[in-house]
Amino acid sequence: MPIKRKPNLAATIALLPTWFAAVAVFIGTMAWSIRLSFTNSTLFPSSTYVGFAQYSKLFSSAKWLASLQNVLIFGVLYVAGCLLLGFLLAAALDRKIRFESAFRTIFLYPYAMSFVVTGLIWQWMLNPTLGIQASVRSLGWESFVLDWVVNRDMAIYALVLAGVWQGAGLVMVIALAGMRGIEAEHWKAARIDGIPVWRIYISIILPQLGPALAAAGMLLAMGVIKTYDIVVAMTNGGPGNATEVPAKFIMDNLFGRQNLGLATAGATVLVLGVIIAVAPFRYAMHMRARAKGAA
Amino acid sequence: MTGPHPNGPKPARLTAGRIGLYAFLVVAALFFLLPLYTMVVTSLKSMDEIRLGQIFALPARLDFSAWATAWSGACMGTVCVGIRSGFWNSVAITVPAVVLSVFIGAVNGYALSLWRPRGANLLFGLLMAGGLIPYQIFLYPMVRVMANIELYNSLAGIILVHVIFGLPLVTLLFRNYFVSVPEELCKAARVDGAGFWRIFFEIMLPIAVPMVVVVSMLQFTGIWNDFLLGLVFAGRDNLPMTVQLNNIVNTTMGERTYNVNMAATILTALVPLAIYFLSGRWFVRGIAAGAVKG
Repeated sequence: MPIKRKPNLAATIALLPTWFAAVAVFIGTMAWSIRLSFTNSTLFPSSTYVGFAQYSKLFSSAKWLASLQNVLIFGVLYVAGCLLLGFLLAAALDRKIRFESAFRTIFLYPYAMSFVVTGLIWQWMLNPTLGIQASVRSLGWESFVLDWVVNRDMAIYALVLAGVWQGAGLVMVIALAGMRGIEAEHWKAARIDGIPVWRIYISIILPQLGPALAAAGMLLAMGVIKTYDIVVAMTNGGPGNATEVPAKFIMDNLFGRQNLGLATAGATVLVLGVIIAVAPFRYAMHMRARAKGAA
Repeated sequence: MTGPHPNGPKPARLTAGRIGLYAFLVVAALFFLLPLYTMVVTSLKSMDEIRLGQIFALPARLDFSAWATAWSGACMGTVCVGIRSGFWNSVAITVPAVVLSVFIGAVNGYALSLWRPRGANLLFGLLMAGGLIPYQIFLYPMVRVMANIELYNSLAGIILVHVIFGLPLVTLLFRNYFVSVPEELCKAARVDGAGFWRIFFEIMLPIAVPMVVVVSMLQFTGIWNDFLLGLVFAGRDNLPMTVQLNNIVNTTMGERTYNVNMAATILTALVPLAIYFLSGRWFVRGIAAGAVKG
Protein backbone atom coordinates (compact mmCIF):
# COMPACT_ATOMS: atom_id res chain seq x y z
CA MET A 1 0.00 0.00 0.00
CA PRO A 2 1.56 3.32 -1.01
CA ILE A 3 2.11 5.67 1.88
CA LYS A 4 0.44 8.67 0.29
CA ARG A 5 0.38 10.02 -3.18
CA LYS A 6 1.52 13.51 -2.44
CA PRO A 7 5.00 13.72 -0.92
CA ASN A 8 6.62 11.61 -3.59
CA LEU A 9 8.94 14.30 -4.86
CA ALA A 10 12.00 13.15 -2.93
CA ALA A 11 11.42 9.54 -4.00
CA THR A 12 11.00 10.59 -7.61
CA ILE A 13 14.19 12.62 -7.52
CA ALA A 14 16.07 9.79 -5.85
CA LEU A 15 15.11 7.51 -8.70
CA LEU A 16 16.17 9.88 -11.45
CA PRO A 17 19.68 8.45 -11.95
CA THR A 18 18.17 5.00 -12.27
CA TRP A 19 15.57 6.25 -14.73
CA PHE A 20 18.43 7.66 -16.72
CA ALA A 21 20.28 4.34 -16.65
CA ALA A 22 17.18 2.37 -17.61
CA VAL A 23 15.98 4.62 -20.41
CA ALA A 24 19.15 6.12 -21.85
CA VAL A 25 21.52 3.23 -21.32
CA PHE A 26 19.43 0.11 -21.50
CA ILE A 27 16.80 1.19 -24.00
CA GLY A 28 18.67 3.95 -25.81
CA THR A 29 21.83 2.02 -26.59
CA MET A 30 19.88 -1.09 -27.49
CA ALA A 31 17.76 0.86 -29.97
CA TRP A 32 20.94 2.41 -31.38
CA SER A 33 22.56 -1.00 -31.82
CA ILE A 34 19.48 -2.48 -33.43
CA ARG A 35 19.35 0.45 -35.83
CA LEU A 36 23.01 -0.08 -36.74
CA SER A 37 22.26 -3.69 -37.56
CA PHE A 38 20.13 -2.51 -40.49
CA THR A 39 22.90 -0.35 -41.95
CA ASN A 40 26.08 -1.14 -43.84
CA SER A 41 28.27 0.17 -41.01
CA THR A 42 31.78 -1.19 -40.92
CA LEU A 43 34.50 0.66 -39.04
CA PHE A 44 32.32 3.73 -38.62
CA PRO A 45 28.57 3.82 -38.22
CA SER A 46 26.82 4.54 -41.48
CA SER A 47 23.28 5.65 -42.07
CA THR A 48 22.80 3.73 -45.30
CA TYR A 49 20.04 1.25 -44.68
CA VAL A 50 20.49 -2.17 -46.16
CA GLY A 51 17.46 -3.92 -44.70
CA PHE A 52 18.19 -7.42 -43.52
CA ALA A 53 21.42 -7.72 -45.52
CA GLN A 54 23.58 -7.96 -42.39
CA TYR A 55 21.33 -10.68 -41.04
CA SER A 56 21.55 -12.74 -44.19
CA LYS A 57 25.32 -12.23 -44.19
CA LEU A 58 25.34 -13.31 -40.57
CA PHE A 59 23.43 -16.50 -41.21
CA SER A 60 25.57 -17.39 -44.19
CA SER A 61 28.71 -17.03 -42.08
CA ALA A 62 30.14 -20.43 -41.21
CA LYS A 63 31.70 -18.97 -38.10
CA TRP A 64 28.40 -17.61 -36.77
CA LEU A 65 26.57 -20.86 -37.49
CA ALA A 66 29.34 -22.80 -35.79
CA SER A 67 29.14 -20.46 -32.82
CA LEU A 68 25.39 -21.02 -32.51
CA GLN A 69 25.84 -24.76 -32.62
CA ASN A 70 28.67 -24.60 -30.09
CA VAL A 71 26.75 -22.48 -27.63
CA LEU A 72 23.79 -24.83 -27.90
CA ILE A 73 25.90 -27.91 -27.18
CA PHE A 74 27.80 -26.15 -24.44
CA GLY A 75 24.66 -24.65 -22.93
CA VAL A 76 22.65 -27.86 -22.75
CA LEU A 77 25.51 -29.93 -21.33
CA TYR A 78 26.68 -27.21 -18.96
CA VAL A 79 23.25 -26.51 -17.48
CA ALA A 80 22.34 -30.20 -17.31
CA GLY A 81 25.74 -31.07 -15.86
CA CYS A 82 25.59 -28.39 -13.18
CA LEU A 83 22.02 -29.34 -12.23
CA LEU A 84 22.75 -33.05 -12.08
CA LEU A 85 26.05 -32.87 -10.21
CA GLY A 86 24.79 -30.10 -7.95
CA PHE A 87 21.67 -32.07 -7.05
CA LEU A 88 23.65 -35.27 -6.41
CA LEU A 89 26.11 -33.41 -4.19
CA ALA A 90 23.28 -31.79 -2.26
CA ALA A 91 21.45 -35.10 -1.84
CA ALA A 92 24.64 -36.74 -0.57
CA LEU A 93 25.36 -33.91 1.86
CA ASP A 94 21.77 -34.04 3.08
CA ARG A 95 22.37 -37.56 4.47
CA LYS A 96 23.90 -36.44 7.77
CA ILE A 97 27.47 -36.52 6.64
CA ARG A 98 30.55 -35.91 8.72
CA PHE A 99 32.61 -32.89 7.69
CA GLU A 100 29.61 -31.57 5.82
CA SER A 101 30.74 -27.96 5.92
CA ALA A 102 34.22 -28.87 4.69
CA PHE A 103 32.70 -30.67 1.71
CA ARG A 104 30.37 -27.76 1.05
CA THR A 105 33.27 -25.32 1.09
CA ILE A 106 35.22 -27.46 -1.37
CA PHE A 107 32.33 -27.85 -3.80
CA LEU A 108 31.52 -24.16 -3.89
CA TYR A 109 34.90 -22.43 -3.96
CA PRO A 110 35.26 -22.52 -7.77
CA TYR A 111 32.11 -20.43 -8.04
CA ALA A 112 33.88 -17.59 -6.24
CA MET A 113 36.47 -17.37 -8.98
CA SER A 114 36.45 -15.60 -12.31
CA PHE A 115 35.67 -17.48 -15.52
CA VAL A 116 39.06 -16.32 -16.76
CA VAL A 117 40.74 -18.05 -13.86
CA THR A 118 38.67 -21.18 -14.38
CA GLY A 119 39.52 -21.24 -18.08
CA LEU A 120 43.25 -20.86 -17.44
CA ILE A 121 43.32 -23.57 -14.77
CA TRP A 122 41.68 -26.09 -17.04
CA GLN A 123 43.73 -25.06 -20.03
CA TRP A 124 46.76 -26.02 -17.95
CA MET A 125 45.30 -29.31 -16.68
CA LEU A 126 44.30 -30.33 -20.20
CA ASN A 127 47.54 -29.22 -21.84
CA PRO A 128 48.41 -32.36 -23.85
CA THR A 129 52.19 -32.12 -23.62
CA LEU A 130 52.58 -31.21 -19.97
CA GLY A 131 49.20 -31.74 -18.32
CA ILE A 132 47.18 -34.73 -17.19
CA GLN A 133 47.82 -36.63 -20.42
CA ALA A 134 51.60 -36.49 -20.05
CA SER A 135 51.38 -37.40 -16.39
CA VAL A 136 49.22 -40.47 -16.97
CA ARG A 137 51.39 -41.59 -19.89
CA SER A 138 54.50 -41.40 -17.78
CA LEU A 139 52.84 -43.81 -15.38
CA GLY A 140 53.01 -46.40 -18.16
CA TRP A 141 49.66 -45.95 -19.91
CA GLU A 142 51.31 -44.79 -23.15
CA SER A 143 48.17 -44.56 -25.26
CA PHE A 144 46.22 -42.39 -22.80
CA VAL A 145 44.64 -39.42 -24.57
CA LEU A 146 43.25 -36.30 -22.94
CA ASP A 147 43.89 -33.65 -25.55
CA TRP A 148 40.49 -31.97 -25.46
CA VAL A 149 41.61 -28.35 -25.68
CA VAL A 150 43.51 -28.95 -28.92
CA ASN A 151 41.12 -31.48 -30.43
CA ARG A 152 38.43 -30.07 -32.71
CA ASP A 153 35.86 -32.67 -31.76
CA MET A 154 36.46 -32.45 -28.03
CA ALA A 155 37.29 -28.81 -27.30
CA ILE A 156 33.68 -27.90 -26.59
CA TYR A 157 33.52 -30.64 -23.97
CA ALA A 158 36.62 -29.23 -22.32
CA LEU A 159 34.64 -26.03 -21.87
CA VAL A 160 31.73 -28.01 -20.44
CA LEU A 161 34.04 -29.75 -17.98
CA ALA A 162 35.49 -26.46 -16.76
CA GLY A 163 32.06 -24.86 -16.66
CA VAL A 164 30.49 -27.64 -14.61
CA TRP A 165 33.46 -27.57 -12.24
CA GLN A 166 32.80 -23.88 -11.74
CA GLY A 167 29.02 -23.89 -11.52
CA ALA A 168 27.88 -27.13 -9.87
CA GLY A 169 28.49 -25.74 -6.39
CA LEU A 170 25.89 -23.04 -6.93
CA VAL A 171 23.21 -25.63 -7.70
CA MET A 172 24.34 -27.62 -4.68
CA VAL A 173 23.87 -24.63 -2.37
CA ILE A 174 20.41 -23.90 -3.73
CA ALA A 175 19.31 -27.55 -3.69
CA LEU A 176 20.66 -28.13 -0.20
CA ALA A 177 18.84 -25.07 1.14
CA GLY A 178 15.67 -26.42 -0.46
CA MET A 179 16.13 -29.89 1.01
CA ARG A 180 16.61 -28.47 4.49
CA GLY A 181 13.34 -26.62 4.09
CA ILE A 182 11.29 -29.72 3.32
CA GLU A 183 8.91 -30.68 6.06
CA ALA A 184 9.67 -33.60 8.31
CA GLU A 185 6.17 -34.98 7.72
CA HIS A 186 7.06 -35.94 4.17
CA TRP A 187 10.04 -37.90 5.39
CA LYS A 188 8.10 -39.66 8.12
CA ALA A 189 5.26 -40.64 5.83
CA ALA A 190 7.62 -41.93 3.16
CA ARG A 191 9.72 -43.86 5.66
CA ILE A 192 6.66 -45.50 7.20
CA ASP A 193 5.60 -46.62 3.75
CA GLY A 194 9.02 -48.20 3.36
CA ILE A 195 10.01 -46.21 0.33
CA PRO A 196 13.77 -46.37 -0.33
CA VAL A 197 15.73 -43.21 0.21
CA TRP A 198 16.73 -42.70 -3.42
CA ARG A 199 13.07 -42.96 -4.45
CA ILE A 200 12.18 -40.31 -1.89
CA TYR A 201 14.75 -37.97 -3.38
CA ILE A 202 13.51 -38.50 -6.91
CA SER A 203 9.76 -38.65 -6.33
CA ILE A 204 9.25 -36.36 -3.36
CA ILE A 205 12.21 -34.04 -2.89
CA LEU A 206 13.03 -33.31 -6.52
CA PRO A 207 9.52 -32.08 -7.45
CA GLN A 208 9.46 -29.81 -4.42
CA LEU A 209 12.80 -28.33 -5.40
CA GLY A 210 11.47 -27.74 -8.89
CA PRO A 211 11.04 -23.96 -8.73
CA ALA A 212 14.41 -23.38 -7.02
CA LEU A 213 16.21 -25.63 -9.50
CA ALA A 214 14.39 -24.00 -12.40
CA ALA A 215 15.58 -20.61 -11.18
CA ALA A 216 19.14 -21.90 -10.89
CA GLY A 217 18.94 -23.45 -14.35
CA MET A 218 17.56 -20.19 -15.68
CA LEU A 219 20.45 -18.26 -14.17
CA LEU A 220 23.00 -20.68 -15.63
CA ALA A 221 21.29 -20.49 -19.02
CA MET A 222 21.50 -16.69 -18.95
CA GLY A 223 25.20 -17.09 -18.29
CA VAL A 224 25.50 -19.41 -21.28
CA ILE A 225 24.23 -16.77 -23.68
CA LYS A 226 26.85 -14.39 -22.32
CA THR A 227 29.63 -16.99 -22.44
CA TYR A 228 32.78 -15.15 -23.39
CA ASP A 229 35.48 -15.00 -20.71
CA ILE A 230 35.93 -18.72 -20.30
CA VAL A 231 36.28 -19.25 -24.03
CA VAL A 232 38.78 -16.43 -24.44
CA ALA A 233 40.84 -17.75 -21.55
CA MET A 234 40.69 -21.44 -22.38
CA THR A 235 40.64 -21.91 -26.16
CA ASN A 236 40.11 -18.48 -27.74
CA GLY A 237 37.48 -20.03 -29.98
CA GLY A 238 39.74 -22.69 -31.44
CA PRO A 239 40.90 -25.05 -32.63
CA GLY A 240 39.39 -23.80 -35.88
CA ASN A 241 35.88 -22.68 -34.97
CA ALA A 242 35.37 -25.52 -32.52
CA THR A 243 34.67 -23.30 -29.50
CA GLU A 244 33.58 -20.11 -31.21
CA VAL A 245 30.56 -18.64 -29.38
CA PRO A 246 28.15 -15.86 -30.39
CA ALA A 247 29.24 -13.41 -27.68
CA LYS A 248 32.82 -13.76 -28.88
CA PHE A 249 31.83 -13.51 -32.52
CA ILE A 250 30.11 -10.22 -31.73
CA MET A 251 33.04 -8.87 -29.73
CA ASP A 252 35.50 -9.80 -32.46
CA ASN A 253 33.47 -8.06 -35.13
CA LEU A 254 32.73 -5.08 -32.90
CA PHE A 255 36.28 -4.28 -31.82
CA GLY A 256 38.67 -6.49 -33.76
CA ARG A 257 37.32 -6.67 -37.30
CA GLN A 258 35.46 -3.39 -37.21
CA ASN A 259 32.35 -4.87 -38.66
CA LEU A 260 29.70 -2.91 -36.81
CA GLY A 261 26.69 -3.87 -38.87
CA LEU A 262 27.37 -7.57 -38.63
CA ALA A 263 28.24 -7.39 -34.94
CA THR A 264 25.08 -5.50 -34.01
CA ALA A 265 23.00 -7.89 -36.09
CA GLY A 266 24.52 -10.74 -34.08
CA ALA A 267 23.82 -8.91 -30.83
CA THR A 268 20.21 -8.33 -31.87
CA VAL A 269 19.82 -12.05 -32.56
CA LEU A 270 21.20 -12.78 -29.07
CA VAL A 271 18.68 -10.42 -27.49
CA LEU A 272 15.88 -12.12 -29.40
CA GLY A 273 17.25 -15.42 -28.16
CA VAL A 274 17.06 -14.24 -24.57
CA ILE A 275 13.49 -12.99 -25.01
CA ILE A 276 12.44 -16.29 -26.55
CA ALA A 277 14.15 -18.22 -23.74
CA VAL A 278 12.81 -16.10 -20.90
CA ALA A 279 9.28 -15.40 -22.09
CA PRO A 280 7.77 -18.84 -21.38
CA PHE A 281 9.38 -18.90 -17.95
CA ARG A 282 8.09 -15.44 -17.06
CA TYR A 283 4.66 -16.34 -18.41
CA ALA A 284 4.55 -19.49 -16.28
CA MET A 285 5.51 -17.49 -13.19
CA HIS A 286 2.91 -14.87 -13.98
CA MET A 287 0.21 -17.52 -14.42
CA ARG A 288 1.21 -19.24 -11.21
CA ALA A 289 1.08 -15.93 -9.33
CA ARG A 290 -2.38 -15.30 -10.76
CA ALA A 291 -3.56 -18.79 -9.87
CA LYS A 292 -2.35 -18.27 -6.33
CA GLY A 293 -4.07 -14.91 -6.16
CA ALA A 294 -7.35 -16.45 -7.30
CA ALA A 295 -7.20 -19.34 -4.86
CA MET B 1 20.03 -29.55 19.32
CA THR B 2 20.04 -33.33 19.08
CA GLY B 3 16.45 -34.34 18.47
CA PRO B 4 15.74 -37.26 16.15
CA HIS B 5 16.29 -36.25 12.57
CA PRO B 6 13.37 -36.91 10.24
CA ASN B 7 15.61 -39.06 8.11
CA GLY B 8 15.74 -41.56 10.96
CA PRO B 9 18.30 -42.19 13.65
CA LYS B 10 21.93 -41.56 12.87
CA PRO B 11 23.39 -44.81 11.60
CA ALA B 12 25.39 -46.48 14.33
CA ARG B 13 27.75 -48.23 11.94
CA LEU B 14 28.85 -47.99 8.39
CA THR B 15 26.62 -49.75 5.92
CA ALA B 16 27.46 -50.37 2.27
CA GLY B 17 25.28 -47.42 1.35
CA ARG B 18 27.11 -45.10 3.72
CA ILE B 19 30.46 -46.19 2.35
CA GLY B 20 29.23 -45.53 -1.18
CA LEU B 21 28.00 -42.13 -0.11
CA TYR B 22 31.35 -41.16 1.38
CA ALA B 23 33.19 -42.57 -1.62
CA PHE B 24 31.11 -40.37 -3.90
CA LEU B 25 31.77 -37.30 -1.78
CA VAL B 26 35.49 -37.94 -1.54
CA VAL B 27 35.83 -38.51 -5.29
CA ALA B 28 33.83 -35.36 -5.93
CA ALA B 29 36.00 -33.42 -3.48
CA LEU B 30 39.13 -34.63 -5.30
CA PHE B 31 37.65 -33.47 -8.61
CA PHE B 32 36.99 -30.03 -7.15
CA LEU B 33 40.33 -29.73 -5.39
CA LEU B 34 42.59 -31.14 -8.09
CA PRO B 35 42.82 -27.92 -10.16
CA LEU B 36 43.64 -25.83 -7.10
CA TYR B 37 46.29 -28.33 -6.02
CA THR B 38 47.75 -28.41 -9.53
CA MET B 39 47.93 -24.64 -9.70
CA VAL B 40 49.68 -24.30 -6.37
CA VAL B 41 52.13 -27.11 -7.12
CA THR B 42 52.93 -25.76 -10.59
CA SER B 43 53.51 -22.25 -9.28
CA LEU B 44 56.18 -23.57 -6.91
CA LYS B 45 58.15 -25.51 -9.52
CA SER B 46 60.98 -24.44 -11.77
CA MET B 47 60.43 -24.60 -15.54
CA ASP B 48 62.90 -27.49 -15.76
CA GLU B 49 60.76 -29.46 -13.41
CA ILE B 50 57.57 -28.54 -15.26
CA ARG B 51 59.03 -29.82 -18.53
CA LEU B 52 59.19 -33.30 -17.03
CA GLY B 53 55.42 -33.44 -17.50
CA GLN B 54 54.53 -34.54 -13.97
CA ILE B 55 51.67 -32.17 -13.37
CA PHE B 56 50.57 -33.72 -10.08
CA ALA B 57 54.01 -34.30 -8.58
CA LEU B 58 55.05 -32.21 -5.61
CA PRO B 59 57.83 -29.71 -6.33
CA ALA B 60 61.33 -31.05 -5.67
CA ARG B 61 62.04 -27.92 -3.69
CA LEU B 62 59.93 -24.89 -2.98
CA ASP B 63 60.69 -22.15 -5.42
CA PHE B 64 58.82 -18.91 -4.88
CA SER B 65 60.53 -17.02 -7.66
CA ALA B 66 57.57 -17.55 -10.02
CA TRP B 67 55.38 -15.73 -7.52
CA ALA B 68 57.73 -12.79 -7.39
CA THR B 69 57.84 -12.69 -11.19
CA ALA B 70 54.08 -12.96 -11.49
CA TRP B 71 53.62 -10.10 -9.07
CA SER B 72 56.15 -7.66 -10.42
CA GLY B 73 57.90 -8.94 -13.54
CA ALA B 74 55.60 -10.96 -15.78
CA CYS B 75 55.17 -9.68 -19.32
CA MET B 76 52.02 -8.53 -21.07
CA GLY B 77 53.18 -8.29 -24.63
CA THR B 78 56.30 -6.18 -24.40
CA VAL B 79 55.61 -4.63 -21.03
CA CYS B 80 57.03 -6.59 -18.12
CA VAL B 81 55.71 -5.14 -14.89
CA GLY B 82 53.81 -8.08 -13.47
CA ILE B 83 50.22 -8.32 -12.35
CA ARG B 84 50.75 -5.87 -9.50
CA SER B 85 49.36 -2.89 -11.38
CA GLY B 86 46.31 -4.94 -12.34
CA PHE B 87 45.73 -5.76 -8.71
CA TRP B 88 45.67 -2.11 -7.73
CA ASN B 89 43.54 -1.27 -10.75
CA SER B 90 41.03 -3.90 -9.67
CA VAL B 91 40.98 -2.44 -6.17
CA ALA B 92 40.50 1.07 -7.54
CA ILE B 93 37.65 -0.09 -9.77
CA THR B 94 35.92 -2.47 -7.41
CA VAL B 95 35.78 -0.53 -4.15
CA PRO B 96 34.07 2.63 -5.43
CA ALA B 97 31.86 0.64 -7.80
CA VAL B 98 30.63 -1.55 -4.94
CA VAL B 99 30.02 1.37 -2.59
CA LEU B 100 28.16 3.38 -5.22
CA SER B 101 26.09 0.54 -6.63
CA VAL B 102 25.08 -0.72 -3.19
CA PHE B 103 24.10 2.76 -2.06
CA ILE B 104 22.08 3.56 -5.17
CA GLY B 105 20.55 0.10 -5.15
CA ALA B 106 19.49 0.51 -1.52
CA VAL B 107 17.90 3.88 -2.25
CA ASN B 108 16.16 2.41 -5.28
CA GLY B 109 14.86 -0.58 -3.39
CA TYR B 110 13.60 1.62 -0.59
CA ALA B 111 11.94 4.13 -2.92
CA LEU B 112 10.41 1.46 -5.12
CA SER B 113 8.99 -0.66 -2.32
CA LEU B 114 7.97 1.81 0.38
CA TRP B 115 7.21 4.99 -1.56
CA ARG B 116 6.23 3.76 -4.98
CA PRO B 117 6.28 7.06 -6.83
CA ARG B 118 4.64 7.35 -10.20
CA GLY B 119 6.13 4.97 -12.73
CA ALA B 120 7.79 2.79 -10.09
CA ASN B 121 6.55 -0.43 -11.65
CA LEU B 122 7.59 0.65 -15.12
CA LEU B 123 11.08 1.56 -13.91
CA PHE B 124 11.40 -1.73 -12.11
CA GLY B 125 10.28 -3.64 -15.19
CA LEU B 126 12.76 -1.79 -17.38
CA LEU B 127 15.58 -2.51 -14.96
CA MET B 128 14.75 -6.19 -14.81
CA ALA B 129 14.62 -6.42 -18.59
CA GLY B 130 17.93 -4.56 -18.81
CA GLY B 131 19.45 -7.03 -16.39
CA LEU B 132 18.55 -9.98 -18.61
CA ILE B 133 19.88 -8.64 -21.88
CA PRO B 134 23.40 -9.58 -23.02
CA TYR B 135 25.89 -6.73 -22.69
CA GLN B 136 26.97 -6.98 -26.31
CA ILE B 137 23.96 -5.01 -27.51
CA PHE B 138 24.85 -2.03 -25.29
CA LEU B 139 28.58 -1.91 -25.88
CA TYR B 140 29.20 0.02 -29.06
CA PRO B 141 26.87 2.96 -28.38
CA MET B 142 28.13 3.11 -24.81
CA VAL B 143 31.70 3.31 -26.02
CA ARG B 144 30.71 6.16 -28.34
CA VAL B 145 28.86 8.06 -25.64
CA MET B 146 31.61 7.54 -23.09
CA ALA B 147 34.17 8.76 -25.61
CA ASN B 148 32.09 11.88 -26.23
CA ILE B 149 31.88 12.74 -22.56
CA GLU B 150 35.55 11.81 -22.16
CA LEU B 151 34.97 8.95 -19.77
CA TYR B 152 36.06 6.22 -22.16
CA ASN B 153 39.26 4.48 -21.06
CA SER B 154 39.16 6.14 -17.66
CA LEU B 155 38.81 4.90 -14.12
CA ALA B 156 35.65 6.93 -13.59
CA GLY B 157 34.26 5.46 -16.80
CA ILE B 158 34.72 1.81 -15.87
CA ILE B 159 33.34 2.47 -12.39
CA LEU B 160 30.27 4.13 -13.86
CA VAL B 161 29.73 1.20 -16.24
CA HIS B 162 29.90 -1.28 -13.36
CA VAL B 163 27.44 0.77 -11.33
CA ILE B 164 24.99 0.96 -14.23
CA PHE B 165 25.16 -2.74 -15.05
CA GLY B 166 24.95 -3.63 -11.36
CA LEU B 167 21.73 -1.68 -10.82
CA PRO B 168 19.23 -4.37 -11.89
CA LEU B 169 20.39 -7.07 -9.49
CA VAL B 170 21.19 -4.75 -6.60
CA THR B 171 17.88 -2.93 -6.89
CA LEU B 172 16.00 -6.22 -7.09
CA LEU B 173 17.59 -7.58 -3.94
CA PHE B 174 16.99 -4.42 -1.92
CA ARG B 175 13.45 -4.06 -3.19
CA ASN B 176 12.63 -7.60 -2.14
CA TYR B 177 14.21 -6.89 1.23
CA PHE B 178 12.36 -3.64 1.89
CA VAL B 179 9.03 -5.09 0.76
CA SER B 180 9.14 -7.30 3.85
CA VAL B 181 9.72 -4.35 6.22
CA PRO B 182 6.49 -3.51 8.06
CA GLU B 183 4.97 -0.41 6.54
CA GLU B 184 3.87 0.87 9.95
CA LEU B 185 7.50 1.64 10.68
CA CYS B 186 7.62 4.02 7.78
CA LYS B 187 4.24 5.51 8.57
CA ALA B 188 5.12 6.10 12.20
CA ALA B 189 8.30 7.91 11.19
CA ARG B 190 6.33 10.05 8.79
CA VAL B 191 3.87 10.99 11.50
CA ASP B 192 6.88 12.09 13.52
CA GLY B 193 7.83 14.37 10.66
CA ALA B 194 10.71 12.44 9.12
CA GLY B 195 11.15 12.77 5.37
CA PHE B 196 12.30 10.45 2.62
CA TRP B 197 16.03 10.70 3.34
CA ARG B 198 15.77 10.75 7.13
CA ILE B 199 13.68 7.60 7.15
CA PHE B 200 16.18 6.03 4.81
CA PHE B 201 19.31 6.89 6.77
CA GLU B 202 17.97 6.56 10.30
CA ILE B 203 15.58 3.63 10.00
CA MET B 204 15.79 1.69 6.78
CA LEU B 205 19.53 1.58 6.17
CA PRO B 206 20.28 0.32 9.71
CA ILE B 207 17.57 -2.33 9.32
CA ALA B 208 19.06 -3.37 6.01
CA VAL B 209 22.62 -3.87 7.22
CA PRO B 210 22.55 -7.65 6.68
CA MET B 211 21.36 -7.11 3.11
CA VAL B 212 24.02 -4.46 2.58
CA VAL B 213 26.66 -6.99 3.59
CA VAL B 214 25.23 -9.72 1.37
CA VAL B 215 24.88 -7.47 -1.66
CA SER B 216 28.33 -5.96 -1.16
CA MET B 217 29.81 -9.43 -1.14
CA LEU B 218 27.95 -10.35 -4.30
CA GLN B 219 28.93 -7.14 -6.07
CA PHE B 220 32.52 -7.28 -4.92
CA THR B 221 33.16 -10.74 -6.30
CA GLY B 222 31.15 -10.00 -9.42
CA ILE B 223 33.05 -6.81 -10.27
CA TRP B 224 36.43 -8.23 -9.28
CA ASN B 225 35.82 -11.23 -11.54
CA ASP B 226 34.57 -9.17 -14.49
CA PHE B 227 36.52 -9.47 -17.70
CA LEU B 228 34.39 -8.11 -20.53
CA LEU B 229 33.61 -4.64 -19.19
CA GLY B 230 37.16 -4.08 -17.99
CA LEU B 231 38.47 -5.12 -21.38
CA VAL B 232 36.21 -2.70 -23.24
CA PHE B 233 35.93 0.32 -20.97
CA ALA B 234 38.88 0.50 -18.58
CA GLY B 235 41.58 1.55 -21.00
CA ARG B 236 45.21 0.49 -21.05
CA ASP B 237 46.15 2.23 -17.81
CA ASN B 238 43.30 0.83 -15.74
CA LEU B 239 43.00 -2.76 -16.93
CA PRO B 240 41.70 -4.96 -14.13
CA MET B 241 43.59 -7.99 -12.96
CA THR B 242 41.51 -10.50 -14.91
CA VAL B 243 42.32 -8.82 -18.23
CA GLN B 244 46.02 -8.53 -17.41
CA LEU B 245 46.07 -12.14 -16.33
CA ASN B 246 44.68 -13.27 -19.65
CA ASN B 247 47.21 -11.07 -21.44
CA ILE B 248 50.07 -12.59 -19.49
CA VAL B 249 49.00 -16.16 -20.11
CA ASN B 250 47.61 -16.04 -23.62
CA THR B 251 49.70 -13.52 -25.51
CA THR B 252 53.24 -14.08 -24.33
CA MET B 253 55.88 -14.69 -26.93
CA GLY B 254 58.51 -17.38 -26.66
CA GLU B 255 58.28 -20.20 -24.18
CA ARG B 256 55.37 -20.09 -21.82
CA THR B 257 56.37 -19.82 -18.21
CA TYR B 258 53.70 -22.01 -16.72
CA ASN B 259 54.87 -21.51 -13.16
CA VAL B 260 54.53 -17.74 -13.50
CA ASN B 261 51.17 -18.15 -15.23
CA MET B 262 49.82 -20.28 -12.43
CA ALA B 263 51.15 -17.95 -9.75
CA ALA B 264 49.46 -15.03 -11.52
CA THR B 265 46.24 -17.03 -11.77
CA ILE B 266 46.26 -17.77 -8.06
CA LEU B 267 46.99 -14.13 -7.26
CA THR B 268 43.98 -13.09 -9.33
CA ALA B 269 41.72 -15.60 -7.61
CA LEU B 270 43.01 -14.74 -4.16
CA VAL B 271 40.75 -11.82 -3.30
CA PRO B 272 37.42 -13.50 -4.13
CA LEU B 273 38.65 -16.71 -2.51
CA ALA B 274 39.62 -14.82 0.63
CA ILE B 275 36.17 -13.24 0.73
CA TYR B 276 34.60 -16.65 0.25
CA PHE B 277 36.61 -18.35 2.98
CA LEU B 278 36.43 -15.50 5.46
CA SER B 279 32.81 -14.55 5.01
CA GLY B 280 31.50 -18.08 4.54
CA ARG B 281 27.82 -17.98 5.24
CA TRP B 282 27.42 -14.38 4.07
CA PHE B 283 28.90 -15.17 0.72
CA VAL B 284 26.69 -18.22 0.34
CA ARG B 285 23.63 -16.21 1.27
CA GLY B 286 24.62 -13.59 -1.27
CA ILE B 287 24.98 -15.93 -4.20
CA ALA B 288 21.87 -17.86 -3.19
CA ALA B 289 19.88 -14.63 -3.03
CA GLY B 290 21.33 -13.47 -6.33
CA ALA B 291 20.62 -16.80 -7.95
CA VAL B 292 17.10 -17.50 -6.76
CA LYS B 293 15.82 -13.99 -7.18
CA GLY B 294 17.82 -12.95 -10.21
